[in-house]
Amino acid sequence: MPVTDAVFIAFQTNDDTRAIVDAIVEDNAQATVARMPAMVKIDAPGRLVVRRESIEERLGREFDLRELHLNLISLSGNIEESEDEFVLHWGK
Amino acid sequence: MHVDIKTTSVVQVRETFSHVARHLGGDKPASRYQEASLNLQSTANFHYRPLWEPELELYDVRRTKIVMKDWYAFKDPRQYYYGTYTIARSRQQETMEKNLEFVDKRGLLRDLPQDTRNALIFALVPMRHLEWGANLNNCYVTAYGYGTVVTQATMFHGMDRLGLAQYLSRIGLLLDGNSGESLALAKTLWMENAAWQPLRKLMERLMVSSDWFELFVKQNLVLDGLIHPLVFRQFEPRVSSQNGPALSLLTEFMTTWFDESSRWVDATVKTAAAESPANAELLREWIAQSRAEVTEALRPYAAELLGDDANKALAAVESGFDARLAKLGMNATGTKS
Repeated sequence: MPVTDAVFIAFQTNDDTRAIVDAIVEDNAQATVARMPAMVKIDAPGRLVVRRESIEERLGREFDLRELHLNLISLSGNIEESEDEFVLHWGK
Repeated sequence: MHVDIKTTSVVQVRETFSHVARHLGGDKPASRYQEASLNLQSTANFHYRPLWEPELELYDVRRTKIVMKDWYAFKDPRQYYYGTYTIARSRQQETMEKNLEFVDKRGLLRDLPQDTRNALIFALVPMRHLEWGANLNNCYVTAYGYGTVVTQATMFHGMDRLGLAQYLSRIGLLLDGNSGESLALAKTLWMENAAWQPLRKLMERLMVSSDWFELFVKQNLVLDGLIHPLVFRQFEPRVSSQNGPALSLLTEFMTTWFDESSRWVDATVKTAAAESPANAELLREWIAQSRAEVTEALRPYAAELLGDDANKALAAVESGFDARLAKLGMNATGTKS
């Protein structure tokens, strides 16, 4: 994959983000997860989607996608955000 | 000078407790809910059998006819353990306290016409005895049930019922200007009024059920699944459309609580039914039997509450319940009764 197309999102490793990471892995077949000390970085070629419903399913409660930012370390790509989805891509 | 900064990572030796890892089938990171629930049920070394039931162990899977290979299959979709449960409820409690204060300050219930107040006392305040019964029943399930995922959730559910009973009492106090008369009157209604007697009889019979899973289904799925929608989805909106939304503020918790706890009740029933056709058959039988009893018991009560509208309201409640059973795959014989 061309490096310029890659997007990523990185979270702190903790109990809150485990469900989020699981949901992202489930929803993005091409994503790869790198577990580092205290950080989980998820890379994906071109596009990465975070779906509210998948997170809620794992968390067992309602989830506001803005809660992502509480544990967010960094991300790359253009952000397209709605109540249901948080999408990273380069608009290509 | 060249400075080389190196990072050293410390990898933890274990991701979770051994008893949780055994259940997860390997040492994987576990959620707090899993760590607070999995493999915690005492299973061995009971030493003495209970004197009151010497044929069974202190904790025994044979206390219900439902058979499960893995009792930890009953996951709570809300993932409540002590921490999350108390935090969620304390938030709801704060909102309810504000609503109660709001209604109290403005005398929104106190200043209603006498007839309306009497109707509300009749409909809601004796129900606190029913909720207390639901508390007792869930305590029974907690005491004799098997598997921490089930029993912790039923304990929380039992506490919820005490909360509901208290909110209903508070509504009574708002109606009688804090004199407590409504509570005394409600006790008399509960003990003597003809419209309440079938429900009291039903509750007293539930209290002497011995199979804990049967009790779980009859109380939490069937009885609650019919009476809560009748009171809080049919009766309350009718009252509010005539007298303003004061009552809605005070039954807000009941409505959201019902939706929330139904998810867990449904998941529990679904899991048991999916385990084996024998389980599913038992559940169907319990639901059908109890549903006929509950609908019968609700008739006189609904008639007092809703008058000419009672049949229409009951039909709406039943069709809602049918839809719920259909989702659970439990409607086959349920609709026949």
